Amino acid sequence: MTPLIQATGLTKRFGEFTAVDDIDFSVEQGESFGFLGPNGAGKTSTMRMIGAVSPITEGSLSVLGLDPTQQGPQLRSRLGVVPQEDNLDQELTVYDNLMMYGRYFDLSRAVVRERIDELLEFVQLTEKRKSKVDSLSGGMKRRLTIARGLINEPDLLILDEPTTGLDPQARHVLWDRLYRLKQQGVTLIITTHYMDEAEQLCDRLVVMDKAKIVAEGSPRSLIEEYAPREVVEVRFPSGVLEDIPDRVKELAPRTEILADRALLYTDDAESTIAGIAGSGLEPETILARRSSLEDVFLRLTGRSLVE
Amino acid sequence: MATPLSLRVFEAEARVYRRTWRGSVISSFLNPILYLAAMGVGLGSLVDENLPAGVEGISYLTFLAPGLLVATAMQAGAGEGAWKVMAGIKWQKTYHAKLATPIGIPSLVMGHMLWAGARVLMVSVIFAVIMSAFQVAPLFQSLLAVGPALLVGIAMVAATTAFTARLEEPTGLPLYFRFVIIPMFLFSGAFFPITQLPGWLQPIAFATPMFHGVELSRAIVVGTEPSVTWWVSVAYLSAWIVVGTALTVGPFRERLTP
Repeated sequence: MTPLIQATGLTKRFGEFTAVDDIDFSVEQGESFGFLGPNGAGKTSTMRMIGAVSPITEGSLSVLGLDPTQQGPQLRSRLGVVPQEDNLDQELTVYDNLMMYGRYFDLSRAVVRERIDELLEFVQLTEKRKSKVDSLSGGMKRRLTIARGLINEPDLLILDEPTTGLDPQARHVLWDRLYRLKQQGVTLIITTHYMDEAEQLCDRLVVMDKAKIVAEGSPRSLIEEYAPREVVEVRFPSGVLEDIPDRVKELAPRTEILADRALLYTDDAESTIAGIAGSGLEPETILARRSSLEDVFLRLTGRSLVE
Repeated sequence: MATPLSLRVFEAEARVYRRTWRGSVISSFLNPILYLAAMGVGLGSLVDENLPAGVEGISYLTFLAPGLLVATAMQAGAGEGAWKVMAGIKWQKTYHAKLATPIGIPSLVMGHMLWAGARVLMVSVIFAVIMSAFQVAPLFQSLLAVGPALLVGIAMVAATTAFTARLEEPTGLPLYFRFVIIPMFLFSGAFFPITQLPGWLQPIAFATPMFHGVELSRAIVVGTEPSVTWWVSVAYLSAWIVVGTALTVGPFRERLTP
């Protein structure tokens, strides 16, 4: 079966600036595929090219078997897009926003009306049907934007940083809804700079940094490949760490020294912690945890994801 | 011209307008009444006393009304191409939302122009009805004058949208209204003949779209001879529409689908 999205040597330049630099990836039908990376890595530019609202500079891109440059309107009619910034019509009601959007796809009013009922139920906004968008919370607006993105029953839903700026509770509600969509077989493309989001939602992901793809795989396989099993986070009083980096580095095969703490990568956290005790160093706190995508990113780029 | 999808954009604009139509219709009625009463009847009685032969041979109210119809359409057109466009591009990004659907830049621009044209038409028809209530001219003749008013209004929608599409910051808009729209409103032949202007200003007034509309409208309502052959004025106004629309597409494409 041919992939739903196939990108080869995909490049986007704005004048002198290269936003996306010669990347290759493919997404299969029914997959939930992520782009993980810090702000400015080129994730949004990639999404906009897939969404046929930004012409590609070089390389080739096929989405749902269509060419975004030549067949933009046809392609967009089969996509759902949840942009990074909410661009709902603030002065209109929830219902009107959805009706208006459905009509852009040239759907009949009767069909849109039916879908609005189902979608509001799905995103748990049925009671807010007649409320003005202005009055909704951030999490509700996001959910409404997702409902809007589903109004044309898309073959592919593109979500650009779906939970950025939401409180933890709203994020979990949203994840739950996205997880259900995934269960229903909707192909999802998600960009995020939250590793927990990528771990929760993505079957497979690419890590982007400075316009390039630096790694690819499932969240688990990336962690296995790039990070030892466990991490010991050692926090020191401010200023102390600057004087003793070499002593800390001796404690584990691989270490990352950050501003206020050191990360010790190890296959056996217990013996590493014992080593710290025996070294005579006096950290403020010691925390052992399983390694995460954050550690993968740190390993690959030397910087943390969210700064 | 009107692609099916541009009609969807039109429909969306109408849906937004439905929220505020009452206030908008009331002011569309009130403004011409206030202006025609104050300037046409009030100030006009002074003018007529001092000019027994009338302005260009007619009463001041009769001189003013067809010009003010076009001036009102001109202002309405400029209004439709200003803050709303800024909001679509920058503040609310509703244009970005539309472009994520099958709607493309040409349908977006066309739908915007169609709706703005409809708004200018509403304002102009209301003005024409009131103008005939002031007994300036029979209703039918007043409504005929909506033609040139509409052309001027759409020309201003096109020109203003092309201008707004190039603005990074909205601060340019108040300046545009203060230094372009209000002077055009006042000095393009609606309130007094442009021959009263200092010589160097006359060519500028002559070049405005509004002047050509005022001449046509006055010719229809009063029967005066326009200073430019009617079809030249119509062609000139049409050129503003075509060029303004063409100049909108470029910056829209650059800013909305970079």
